[in-house]
Amino acid sequence: MASTNRIQQSSAGARIEGALVRPPSVEITVDGMPVVACPGESLAAALLIAGHRALRASPRLGQPRGAFCLMGVCQECVVQVDGRLVPACQTPVRAGMRVETGGAGG
Amino acid sequence: MTDLDLIVIGAGPAGASAALEAHRLGLRCLLVDEAPSAGGQVWRAPPRGFVRRKADVDARAGDRLRAALAASGVRVAFEHPVWLITDGFRIEAVGPAGPVTWRTPAIVAATGASERVVPFPGWTEPGVIGLAGATILLKAQQVLAGERALVAGCGPLLPAVAAGVLKAGGAIEAIVDLASRRDWLAVLPAMLTRPDLLGRGLGWLAQLCRAGVTVHYRHALRRIVRTEGGLRATIALVDDSGAFVSGAGSREFEVDWVAVGHGLVPGTDITRLLGAEHRYEHDRGGWIAIRDEFGRTSVKGLLVAGDGGGIRGAAAAVEEGRLAGLAVAYDQGRLDDAAFARAARPIRRRMRRAAHFGAASARLMALRPGQVGTIPQETLVCRCEDVTRAEVERAIAAGADELNQLKAWTRCGMGPCQGRMCGETAAALVAAVSGSRAAAGFWTGRAPLRPVPLDVLLGDYAYADMPLPRAAPL
Repeated sequence: MASTNRIQQSSAGARIEGALVRPPSVEITVDGMPVVACPGESLAAALLIAGHRALRASPRLGQPRGAFCLMGVCQECVVQVDGRLVPACQTPVRAGMRVETGGAGG
Repeated sequence: MTDLDLIVIGAGPAGASAALEAHRLGLRCLLVDEAPSAGGQVWRAPPRGFVRRKADVDARAGDRLRAALAASGVRVAFEHPVWLITDGFRIEAVGPAGPVTWRTPAIVAATGASERVVPFPGWTEPGVIGLAGATILLKAQQVLAGERALVAGCGPLLPAVAAGVLKAGGAIEAIVDLASRRDWLAVLPAMLTRPDLLGRGLGWLAQLCRAGVTVHYRHALRRIVRTEGGLRATIALVDDSGAFVSGAGSREFEVDWVAVGHGLVPGTDITRLLGAEHRYEHDRGGWIAIRDEFGRTSVKGLLVAGDGGGIRGAAAAVEEGRLAGLAVAYDQGRLDDAAFARAARPIRRRMRRAAHFGAASARLMALRPGQVGTIPQETLVCRCEDVTRAEVERAIAAGADELNQLKAWTRCGMGPCQGRMCGETAAALVAAVSGSRAAAGFWTGRAPLRPVPLDVLLGDYAYADMPLPRAAPL
């Protein structure tokens, strides 16, 4: 499970300011660590911003995988949220949600 | 809900328009989508609780559509992914409150398209995302996936994503376009039919030019390697067919993320599941359900509208949706022949006009014959099951001359994406041996259409509730 976190990129994603007024941010936990995110934004986006790019390991080769299609098709961004497997790109951020990466296949 | 005349699946431009039209003509219609609101991918709403300060053309179109739906009183079921449809029709979906079953005599399937990405070494690296996915991140989520980007593939999404990245304050290291300048010029006459969209495209190009971004025409991604600080992308020259010209024009870029996409593929899950007749149409994105001008398929009561019936873009999808809604109303006796013909005429005219532009974009995004041939043997074709090209080729050599045989032998296409990511590539590889995409066939439609958690389907049904038949006498 820890293996997928090693490749956190130095340059993470960022929220673009100006076009949207976002609600006040909330805290979620990702693999036990606190992460600040906007309620309502897709969990996949929040994870990219927090630098969590690798979200799971592929089933046969154990390669790191992350959000790819971002429209609920490829299932590469599947993570555990409060104990349930969900595609992060189709899951809105909620305050206090507990996210575990590396859960599927690895 | 048993009192329904029509269920429309997919609330993008096509589906929402179909529902509005059918509702206007007196049909009891339910509009279903897995997203939290209408708009589809192209007119996607910002996340709930977010307020938009500036709106572009697509945002405004989406807002108009959502306002029209809200004002109409069309019944909607958002956040309801449909996972099973059986004859007749019975539709099973899972909503926030649990599983739901609906019955309806008619379905308009308006499930849109997904993106084709032709594999290359490193396409599975985290930080490599689809062009369409990058669009969703940029436009709906207002999120930049990283600082330095490389944008690669083909079609109008290339300049759109690159310009969006620049506007957001990101850097574009390069645009890598499969098409040549000549390919773009060839579609210019069709693009001129929509000066508004052409103008927007030229605006993007001007922004990119001002920022000094280089477009590498007739190039493609050769490989991506993960490095200490990000990703190293190597590009190289390709020929007309999209095949690499042995090592020519090779360049490297250090980037944080890559957006790559090779066109759109119609979503035919529902029509395949229900056994409608399909045909392969290269210029419309791949396999599509055979339908008449109103969207009626070979299955009675099943209609298709929008990009799911062949890539033609949002403007055409709106008109296709209207025609499908109109056709269902006519088929159910809500209007006579004359009223039907009168109503259909202007919609058909607008549809043909819109399709002209959409077809030109679709041509730019169609799969090129040499693209799949240059995938290295050790590259993964199927991301879900980690199946390489070499494994696919071995199965083909052993006699898998059709896609479902290949799936059974290699597990290619058997994972959670249900072959949506690898289908186009696998089919092209099989077709190279079996002669044509028609001969290679396509995945048999299978439920569940979307992964569904078993415990949700079971509800509070427990082991003790299982009816046990009396044992037969010995």
